[in-house]
Parts: sequence; structure tokens; C-alpha cells
Amino acid sequence: MNLSVAANINSFLAALVLLTAFGMLVQRRMYGLIHLFAWQGLFLSVSTAIVGFVAGKHHLYISSLLTLSLKVVLLPYILHVLIHRLRIQKEVETVVNVPLTMLIGIGLVIFSYHLTAPVRELSTLVTRSTLAVALATVMIGLLMMITRRHAVTQIIGFLAMENGLFFAATSATYGMPLVVELGVALDILIAAFIFGIFFFHIHTTFDSLDVEKMARLKESD
Amino acid sequence: MNVYPLLIEVLQVLILLSAAPAFVGWVRVLKCWSQGRSSAGVFQPYRDLAKLFSKDVVLAENASWIFRFTPYLVFGAAVLAGGIIPILSTDLPLAATADVIVLVALFAIARFFTALAGMDIGTAFGGMGSSREMTIASLAEPAMLMAIFTMSLASRSTSLSQMAQAVLSGQPVLRPSIAFALLAFVLIALAETGRIPVDNPATHLELTMIHEAMILEYSGRHLALIEWASMMKLFLFAALGIAAFAPWGISTTDAFLPVLAAFIFMTLKLGVAGVVLVLIETGLAKMRLFRLTEFLGSAFLLATLGMLSYFILE
Repeated sequence: MNLSVAANINSFLAALVLLTAFGMLVQRRMYGLIHLFAWQGLFLSVSTAIVGFVAGKHHLYISSLLTLSLKVVLLPYILHVLIHRLRIQKEVETVVNVPLTMLIGIGLVIFSYHLTAPVRELSTLVTRSTLAVALATVMIGLLMMITRRHAVTQIIGFLAMENGLFFAATSATYGMPLVVELGVALDILIAAFIFGIFFFHIHTTFDSLDVEKMARLKESD
Repeated sequence: MNVYPLLIEVLQVLILLSAAPAFVGWVRVLKCWSQGRSSAGVFQPYRDLAKLFSKDVVLAENASWIFRFTPYLVFGAAVLAGGIIPILSTDLPLAATADVIVLVALFAIARFFTALAGMDIGTAFGGMGSSREMTIASLAEPAMLMAIFTMSLASRSTSLSQMAQAVLSGQPVLRPSIAFALLAFVLIALAETGRIPVDNPATHLELTMIHEAMILEYSGRHLALIEWASMMKLFLFAALGIAAFAPWGISTTDAFLPVLAAFIFMTLKLGVAGVVLVLIETGLAKMRLFRLTEFLGSAFLLATLGMLSYFILE
């Protein structure tokens, strides 16, 4: 596999990551959201493995496997079980309507393209062009956290942001040192468990995971 | 002056006129087969058209010239579009004078007059259908243009012949921008030709129909022309998709053998296009009207992402 073909496949995977990010932004169903998140993890993992192959950095294979086991299998499974237990598979409510969210998302992509344009000029890596996509994924994850009312969706937005950061690290510097990546992976795992416990507590206290209900201090007004 | 390109132009229009009902028939046969019904055969649309042509025209008392003129205009626009899209060969005299923006405008004119004709009679259904059709059009056309601009960025031309030639002569590479544009194009084509997630061509159910509502008052040869034009529109969108995204097999010269090969390739590709269309239609349920903004919004999003990924990733 020569360099240009690998770069080609990598940019295609980057496009797919961006597509899944937008898919998550507009998806209304909980299960659909989790499936999209798992797909994004899969594309990320394959892309990392390809970058590892091209750059000859073998520790990227380990982080690719880590991504695969954590973000494609374990986290979606935990979220799946949570949603099943809490019976919240109904449609997700958004604060802003969907077409407007999409337009804001497009604006964010253009913004991150402009932001990373100087980096792209300086960098010599094969993956330099995907940096803009990575930054856009981070911003779309943030937008998702802002526009959604539901606690679980906000968490998925947070995890999507982390995906974007991971992708940015891979595309900007061929990945972080393995120790850092192991630490981040562990953090994400612990965070997922803590989220799970919090969800149960919020659910038993408020009978809902709608964060709007937490804006009031008193139970009735 | 060389006559061959003109001859191929004429041949292409004739193929469009004769093969469009067969393509629709093929789609219906596949659909019946997928739903476990027995079908009326590939040639049923021809029989339908013949029946309609032999019937008398019934005009409403208050019908104006717009109502009588529209079927001919819609039909003419579809025929003219057949001369622009490279179905058999990229060497077309008309394609040099009209690019893909003209093509979109041709469809828009036909749609505009159909909507006027729907309101002309003054029935409630006509007005409702026109209003819905224009709502969809206002969302579909920007997305369509965006998808086409993405394609023309890659080939540096808005002429369909040039676009097809650029794909034919270039290396086959995996380009994210073209994949996005293709996805967007499929969504738009479903909306523009009134297929299932947007409109159901097989029903006259009052509350859901869009295209059928506008042409409800037509009869006889007027209805035949409009039906034929909408069959051609489906054929043309399939041909447009093939020319822009998978032109392999389309001839670049006027020689006899490549054109014959192009004809065989066209038949095969249209057959596959029919299968894909039926798979999409069987897999999806018709959307609520108010969900259509999201459907077409995502088409616009995909087309825009295609354009952006051309700049970012390529």
C-alpha cells in the first residue's frame, strides 16, 4: 500500500467520521444515536490503524485496538443497557430545530477549516488535511451537548468530542504517547461508570433525565 | 458539418421517449415482486399511455390557456432535457449550448407550470398539491445545485458532457466529495421524481398526494403527456446520476460500435438503478410532510459537506 492510497483512504475515513458526527447531531432516536457513536468509533479505529501503518508507529495499533474495544463495543453496550434499564428509548428532544442545527454544524466545519489552514500549510504529515475534520468533530460534539436536553445525549456528545480530540491527536502528530492514551482511555471508562451511576440517581430523584428539570431548585412552584 | 452527432442526438431522444415507460414498468415489476404480488408486466405503462391517448379530453369550464398549454410544455421540457444529458455519447451538439444549470432550470419551468395548472382550475386539491410541490422544490433545488457544483468542482466544468469525460479519463480514486454528492443526489432524485419517502406515485390518497394532486383534473391526451413526462423524468434522473457518477461505458465518439456498447451498458445500468430504487422504496416508509424539511435539509447538508470536503480533504 503506497502513501497516496493510504492518504486517500484516510481522508475518506475522515469524511465518514464527519458524516457520523452530523448524523448524531440530527438523530432523534436514542438507539440510533448509540449505533452512530459505535460507527464513529469504528472509523476512528481503522483510521488510526492506517496512520500507524503509514507512519510506522506501532503503538498506534494498540490505541486502535483500545478504541475498538472501548468505543465500539464497551461504551455503546453500557449506554445500551442504561437506556434499556431506564426505559428512555423514546425520541430525543432538541432545543433548536434540526435544520438550523445542521446549518450551524456546516458553519462550524467552515470555521474549523479556516482555523486549521495555517497548520495545514506548515505540516508535512500525510494526515494533515484531516485536522480540520477532527476539530469540526470536536465542535459538533460540543454543539450536540448544547442543543440537546437529555442527559444521556449530552454524554454521547461529550464522548463524540473525545473521539474528535483523539482523531486530532492522530492527524496532527501521529498520536499521543501510549501512556497518555492509556490514561485517557481509563478516564473515559471511569467516566462512563460514573455517568451510569449519576443517571440512576437523577432518574430516581427527578423521574426523568431531562436537564431542563434541574434548572429549578424547588420541586414545585 | 458532421451529421453524426445530430443523428445520435435524435437517437438519444427517441430512446428516451420509448424506453422511459419500459423503465417505469421495470420498477413496477420489481416492486410487485418484492411485495409478493403478481405484476402487470414491463409493458403495462405503454398500454396505459395508449389508453389515455385514445380517450377524450374533459376540460373544466373555467380552465384557462395555462391548463391546456402545461402538458405540452412539461412534455417538451422533458424531451429537451433528454438532448442535454449524455445518455449514449458525450459528443452532443445540444450539450455544448446547455449545461447542468439549464437542466435544473428546465425541470423548474416544468414544475412551475404544473403548479400553476394545479391552481388554475380552482379545486382544493390542485392548490394543496401546488403548495406542497413548491415547498419541496424550494428545498430540493438548492440542494440539487449544491450537489452539482460539487461534481463540477472536480471536473472544472458545469457541462454534463465535460463532467462525464473528466470521470472517464481520470484515475478511479476514492473521493469523499463525490461520495457525499452521490448520497445527496440520491435523496434529491427521490424527492424530485416523487418516489416513496417524499411522495407515493401509486396512490391517490387525498391527504398524502403531492404530484397526483396537481394533475388530478387532467384527462385524455393531456394526462397521457403528463404521465409520459413524469416517466421520462424518472428515466432522466437515473441517466443523470449515471452520467455524473458512473459514466463508464458512455461513448466519447460517434462510431457505431461504442454507441452500441453504450446502449447495452445503459440498459444494464438502468436495470441496476431500478433495483436500487425499489430497495430504497421498500425499505422506507413515506414521511410526514413536516419531516420533509429534515429529509431535504440533510440532502443539502450532504451536498455542502461534499463541497467542503473537496477543499479540506483533497
